[in-house]
Amino acid sequence: MNLHEYQGKALLKSYGVAIQEGILAHTVEEALAAFDKLQADTGTEMAVVKAQIHAGGRGKGGGVKLSKTRAEVEENARNILGMMLKTPQTPGGVDGPGKLVRKIIVAEDVYAPDFDACKEYYVSVLMDRETKRNVIVYSTEGGMDIETVAEETPELVHKEYIDPTLGLQGFQTRKIAFNLGLSGVAFKGMTKFIASLYKAFVGSDASMFEINPCLKTGDDRILAVDCKVALDDNALFRHPDLAALRDTDEEDPTEVEAKAFELNYVNLDGNVGCMVNGAGLAMATMDIIKLSGGEPANFLDVGGTANAERVEKAFRIILKDKKVKAILINIFGGIVRCDRVAQGVVDAYKNLGNINVPIIVRLQGTNADIAKKIIDESGLEVHSATLLQEAADLVTKVLAKA
Amino acid sequence: MSVLVNKDSKIIVQGFTGKEGSFHAGQMIEYGTNIVGGVTPGKGGQTHLEKPVFNTVKEAVDKVGADTSIIFVPPKFAGDAVMEAAEAGIKVIICITEGIPVQDMVKVKAYLNDKDCRLVGPNCPGVMTPGEAKVGIMPGFIHNPGRIGIVSRSGTLTYEAVDQVTKAGMGQSTCIGIGGDPIVGTTTKDAVQLLMEDPETDGIIMIGEIGGSMEADAARWIKEHATKPVVGFIAGQTAPKGRTMGHAGAIIGGDEDTAEAKMKIMADCGIHVVKSPAHIGKTMAEVLNK
Repeated sequence: MNLHEYQGKALLKSYGVAIQEGILAHTVEEALAAFDKLQADTGTEMAVVKAQIHAGGRGKGGGVKLSKTRAEVEENARNILGMMLKTPQTPGGVDGPGKLVRKIIVAEDVYAPDFDACKEYYVSVLMDRETKRNVIVYSTEGGMDIETVAEETPELVHKEYIDPTLGLQGFQTRKIAFNLGLSGVAFKGMTKFIASLYKAFVGSDASMFEINPCLKTGDDRILAVDCKVALDDNALFRHPDLAALRDTDEEDPTEVEAKAFELNYVNLDGNVGCMVNGAGLAMATMDIIKLSGGEPANFLDVGGTANAERVEKAFRIILKDKKVKAILINIFGGIVRCDRVAQGVVDAYKNLGNINVPIIVRLQGTNADIAKKIIDESGLEVHSATLLQEAADLVTKVLAKA
Repeated sequence: MSVLVNKDSKIIVQGFTGKEGSFHAGQMIEYGTNIVGGVTPGKGGQTHLEKPVFNTVKEAVDKVGADTSIIFVPPKFAGDAVMEAAEAGIKVIICITEGIPVQDMVKVKAYLNDKDCRLVGPNCPGVMTPGEAKVGIMPGFIHNPGRIGIVSRSGTLTYEAVDQVTKAGMGQSTCIGIGGDPIVGTTTKDAVQLLMEDPETDGIIMIGEIGGSMEADAARWIKEHATKPVVGFIAGQTAPKGRTMGHAGAIIGGDEDTAEAKMKIMADCGIHVVKSPAHIGKTMAEVLNK
């Protein structure tokens, strides 16, 4: 689960990580009130208006604007709120429709008064699959795309691995601060920043923190100017407060609906819908759709209990997508009995009434032969198959007619 | 011979009396698997499915000589259950539980470092040696005793491969579901190595998916050590690129985690890579008959 910048910053702050302060606003009026309060609280003269959406590259897309006066705050807030912000990470990229900005933060200008004395760094924390340890990745090249830095100047990207039983040690935070070329007050500030950041990472069961930029201000303070926070969904049971931060506005509405039915669904661009049990088989089914001349319209894992109710819900979700020209149902019945799934398909089909796209059902495993009989004798326009290759051939055939 | 589990394995079920544990223990016993008991803290001394229930894994090791454990404990407590099994001296720990927090597994993995045991999973269908021991949640009847070893990260896709092998007139020596989580106890390479060293396995099917570098690591090992043919498939050729917000994962993950990249590395290392998941069994038969 991803957090917004303002939510991530609040989380960091609760662990003692210094941040660029900001106030959330949903309207221009709230933005102005936020600016007044921010001036009173922090003494900042200027402010930065930042769009709050779940995507990086907001600045390049026009979603982050420095505002030198109250009038500029008003103007920028008006422009950014309600805009369709396009970044390389929004759906479809910079050429896609973008994402609606529903809220902004008005943040202090931490680069003032001495912009030239400021220095930006890069810091992230994540779990490294290779070593199975948490790692802190850091660089002097802050404010840039870290993938580019890693490609062009890999020597400037450092990694510090943390012992799972002992946790982050003092010498490690000092090593990081030294490698970033810091001294004096800023050195101390960085060691504290890293220690608090790591504590927050473990404490919140995060899967990724990315602080870019992490700033050394003109007066040698170290703070997080931006942050991306991703949390481990499997650990949310330990953090009901964090789980409550989920913003379903940022997710695909159909995917949200599917999640409510405990269906694992991802919307794609193709013309053949699919309904499968198990994530691996679902991906393999998408692959076979492509090899058969179609394009997968979705990923949909119905999970272990593919009963009539779930099959019907899955049908409804797939059929919302008007691009779908055919549906392939691929169920490998292990514990699930295929005859029950087949009956589920037949019942769902009847309940839904007018399904106007051809349906291919491939049921294999427990009671597959009984299942095929149920489908074949149902009188519905459903093609049945038992082998995966037969199902693939049926997809090709059906698409040729469509 | 076979690997990891066989008819002599003395198997206990952790989370024995729970809904999942009970159901699958019943299925395993019905298959003929040597289940010697189970563990549910607080229910020690009872009998369940005609087998003794113990309070601790240590007790099961001491009293019935358990050497293998299968875990159905809920995600919140599953990491703890793995560590308990390792501490008690269980040699093969198979964790079926899905949804264990990653930070729990970071700790578990570190804890297991100096223990003499092997963890398979978590979030896996288990391990199957047809005709001898079904230690998992897979449907028993699709399997057939034979000489093909199967390694896979996914559940139903493994069943698909098993079914194709059986329908092609062959059978399986041992099928190892290594699990789909970011941290797993036994990697693709570990599992391939076990099967490569098994004298009763003639060919290996390796099924992977997008994400991580396990298949690439296994492929490089195979290039150096292969003594028998390997057929490979990677699921997710059409999967969209992960919708993560940041780039940090991409640096660490490297550029080997797409299906395309993995398939290329595998082919370069001498693995018979199939593009279609419908051709796994057929290709294995062709390769062996050459």
